[in-house]
Amino acid sequence: MTMFTIAGSPHIHGDNSTKKIMYGVVIAMIPAMLVSIYYFGFNAVRVLLLATVSSLFFEWVIQKYLIKGPLTITDGSALVTGVLLAFNVPTNLPGWMVVIGALVAIGMAKMSFGGLGKNVFNPALVARVFLLISFPVQMTSWPKPISITKSFVDVITGPTPLGFIKEGLGTGKTVSQLQAELPGYFDYLIGRMGGSMGEVSAAALILGGIYMLWHKIITWEIPVSILVTVFTFSGIMWLINPKMYVDPVFELLTGGLLLGAFFMATDMVTSPMTRGGQLLFGFGIGLITILIRIWGAFPEGVSFAILLMNAAVPLINRGFKPRRFGTNPGVVMNN
Amino acid sequence: MGVFKTFVLGGIHPEENKLSSNAPIEIVPVPGQAIIPLGQNLGAPAKPVVKKGDKVKTGQLIAEAGGFISANIHSPVSGTVLKIDNVVDMTGFRRPGLVIKTDGDEWDENIDRSDELVTEINYTSQEIIEKIKQAGLVGMGGATFPTYVKLMPPPGKKAEYVIINGVECEPYLTGDHRLMLEKGPEIVVGAKILMKALKVDKAIIGIESNKQDAINLMTELTNKEEDITVIPLTVKYPQGGEKQLIKATVNREVPSGKLPIEVGCVVQNVGTAFAVYEAVQKNKPLFERVVTVTGKSVKKPSNFLARIGTPISKLVEIAEGMPEDTGKVIGGGPMMGKALPSLEVPVVKGSSGVLLMRDKESHRKPESACIRCSKCTIVCPMGLEPFLLARVSKLGRYDLAGNEKIMDCIECGSCQYTCPANIPLLDYLRLGKNKVGNIMRNRKK
Amino acid sequence: MDNIIIIAIIALGGLGLISAVILYFIASKFKVFEDPKIDEVEEALPSANCGACSFPGCRSFAEATVKSAKENKNIEGLFCPVGGNDVMQKVGELLGLDVEVQDPMIAVIKCNGTFNNSPAKIKYEGASSCAFAHALFTGEGGCQYGCLGHGDCVDACDFDAIHMSPETGLPVVNDKCTACGACVEACPRDIIELRKKGPKYRRIFVSCVNKEKGGPAKKNCSVACIGCGKCEKVCNFDAITITSFLAYIDFKKCTLCRKCVEVCPTDAIWEVNFKPRKPKPLTPEGSVARKPAPVRKNDDLLVTATEEKPEIISKTEDNPNA
Repeated sequence: MTMFTIAGSPHIHGDNSTKKIMYGVVIAMIPAMLVSIYYFGFNAVRVLLLATVSSLFFEWVIQKYLIKGPLTITDGSALVTGVLLAFNVPTNLPGWMVVIGALVAIGMAKMSFGGLGKNVFNPALVARVFLLISFPVQMTSWPKPISITKSFVDVITGPTPLGFIKEGLGTGKTVSQLQAELPGYFDYLIGRMGGSMGEVSAAALILGGIYMLWHKIITWEIPVSILVTVFTFSGIMWLINPKMYVDPVFELLTGGLLLGAFFMATDMVTSPMTRGGQLLFGFGIGLITILIRIWGAFPEGVSFAILLMNAAVPLINRGFKPRRFGTNPGVVMNN
Repeated sequence: MGVFKTFVLGGIHPEENKLSSNAPIEIVPVPGQAIIPLGQNLGAPAKPVVKKGDKVKTGQLIAEAGGFISANIHSPVSGTVLKIDNVVDMTGFRRPGLVIKTDGDEWDENIDRSDELVTEINYTSQEIIEKIKQAGLVGMGGATFPTYVKLMPPPGKKAEYVIINGVECEPYLTGDHRLMLEKGPEIVVGAKILMKALKVDKAIIGIESNKQDAINLMTELTNKEEDITVIPLTVKYPQGGEKQLIKATVNREVPSGKLPIEVGCVVQNVGTAFAVYEAVQKNKPLFERVVTVTGKSVKKPSNFLARIGTPISKLVEIAEGMPEDTGKVIGGGPMMGKALPSLEVPVVKGSSGVLLMRDKESHRKPESACIRCSKCTIVCPMGLEPFLLARVSKLGRYDLAGNEKIMDCIECGSCQYTCPANIPLLDYLRLGKNKVGNIMRNRKK
Repeated sequence: MDNIIIIAIIALGGLGLISAVILYFIASKFKVFEDPKIDEVEEALPSANCGACSFPGCRSFAEATVKSAKENKNIEGLFCPVGGNDVMQKVGELLGLDVEVQDPMIAVIKCNGTFNNSPAKIKYEGASSCAFAHALFTGEGGCQYGCLGHGDCVDACDFDAIHMSPETGLPVVNDKCTACGACVEACPRDIIELRKKGPKYRRIFVSCVNKEKGGPAKKNCSVACIGCGKCEKVCNFDAITITSFLAYIDFKKCTLCRKCVEVCPTDAIWEVNFKPRKPKPLTPEGSVARKPAPVRKNDDLLVTATEEKPEIISKTEDNPNA
């Protein structure tokens, strides 16, 4: 006779899995990957491979020899961290720095907290900020994107549009003067601007974001609240003084905002659990980003904003509970 | 497909797999021996009123209610009481029960065995409730709460609606669907009896839109009845839950820890409505019910009308045998049913179905780390945070679990169904509910 | 420049001084008087804070003893199971009272449904928790009274005294057990009982809690107590009672004569840490007498017991059930 299995209900399971979510994120990042390979050529491939392979390697080593727990290297989470790390550094970064970045991301930001699901901060962002503070020169010399046909010419470096504006404003020029020297919005959309590998093309990132929303990997709350907050606050500043502050569309399209809003802030592990909490989380990121961009020392603030809000997530989770059933009784009884 | 009503919070949509929806209800022959556990309803088990060796007729009272929340049990067969001892019940536990050896099928004289539809209701509210109480009726959806208790609202509360639950949101199960198609007029009369018992003038029949034929039939049958409305509902699990159904049909939310009567609603399953009709109009106590036998490998997925006490193995036999690759047998549906230790367990008042799952479907996937995706929170129909409740229950922090409303959990299993890390969330939630419930009961004492 | 330094010193020093004065007055005003005996008693206690004495911690136990000593001139009903008689003697000395000596106790697992004795009939998948499994089903072996083997007792133990044996799937208690009762509380099936440790760790008990009749009990487990009553008859000390087909040996009355062990047809009665017996001669009828009862011992006692080392003569190999 066959031995029956006994288990508590439910006896069926949906087709969700951690793997499916993680590889879904990787698929969503493919357009941005292709765009950066097109613009930065071999260097982009080099950084991508270095970041992903070393992330996977460090995860494997730590799980096998330090934690000695089950190997979950195939669940795709280290792969996502690797690709995100590559997206967050300039393509001309020396290889050994990328490897150090991967070690920081996996070893310090993820595994030291206990591995997948237990980290407080987004690993790729911790690595980016670590590299930015340790090697500020290399991390801020952005290669100018050139299409693959010209990429064997010496790579020319230049500032990002945001950095250019910030420096220019310091010298007393006005925004419109500076913007005239920069490429137009369409160029930002397709990726013709200086910046980290993954952040150059707004269109590719939006495409990836739509894919993730479509497949319910992410929900709309976090990206929408970030973008709306950034748009609103930069819009207010721009209306107050268009000479000193750039227009909101420029703020949305440049820098790492879209990358951050769609791929980094939505990281499930480090974002709040409820709708209200997620909206607050996105609002906080948007606000801090604008504060840093306008008044901070750095031209770009998305990574700091996300990390700061990551730290606030446990508190947000405590304060924001889902709407419990029964708290809205509908028609009031008359008896 | 139009836009139908549904509940707001959470919910999932598992594969429907209604394999037996076209199989007419088949009458199962009387078993040679009926095994009748005494604890078939929610609340106190019944007390036997017959002795070993007594002759009983089909429909004769053999055990009477053992308390306020309890129900009478009637003999499903005619024959001799073989023993009053521990018998194996649905969970595999040996608990007190009766075994009756069948000898022919002689029914109690009072039962009207004709098929004639009796629409005239010649009883007062009190008489109806008394008849339902005597007939040992319990909720046929699976919760087995004694029906008559629901029909007696506590002082100060008044019912406004009778809601007949024809949702059957559990995948695979089709018993209620078939019953509506085959016994539609009786169900409508049953609904009217319930309305009279509760002295209300509005009844709603809620049916999910995947049972279009049942919606059409019931709408047609209730065309002339102004006070009975059929509401088609979007297919969404767990719509058959009392609280979800009330929200979906009349847009009221039962407050935490309260009963549906708090918002003026009494929910009864279509199976119960049919049993009410039989009990009141035909004097027939509850000793048989519709059971679906289904599964992807089952040769003949069927709906049976089986006597209480029939071994499940007999039903499986009529459905052309247990498939070779069966790995798990579930009493009820796949979302909320109980896994059975063997086929040698009897049909009881709460058995809505038997699902034979293939071995490859019947195992849980290995558990991995929680990635805090919050999908469980999104699908929870009660607005709870299953990941948090499971964790605090696992750690034994029952105080926290209680504060986070663990007792509101309806154990629908949506969270575990949807969890990408395959965490047995509901296992821990049940554990926590159990402990918190005990603590709360002890505190009251 | 010098001025700044001097001002800083004066300002900060003055601030510190004022704060100190305020603190001193507040401290002396709100001083709570506590009997110094409480501290002394607490010092003598094991500081395990396990709650076995039914107080939330050692401190509250100390408070209760001192209070009881002051008001009632005795500390009856207050006992620290972890510290045992030694600690209670010390506490008694501190309070100037005589303390009654209590028998040392140990947790005893009353189930022998090993993988062999009660083979699995169904497979369980799900949370590793006895409490949950108990609510769900009978257990893999099919016995609705027996051990579920998920180790809720192990999790409850603060003293590392109980472990699951991978060979049998049952918990094993070692001599670190302080008889705090946490495992007894944790077990959803009430299998664990606190019993007298016994002289030289010797004890006899019924290793079964099945309340079924013989037939159904034996169906699921070959070593179940079937309630045959042989042990009850053979006992000369009225120590054995049978209620609902289950024998129970009262450890207060048991004299460790071992007669019941011999007559038990299912080996459900255990003798632990006894010397092996000599095989009995053939009975006059020619039939062979029952084989001598297996020698059981507590393996862990061998390793860790220091003063009262139990005499172990045979090894586990001879003993298929231990």
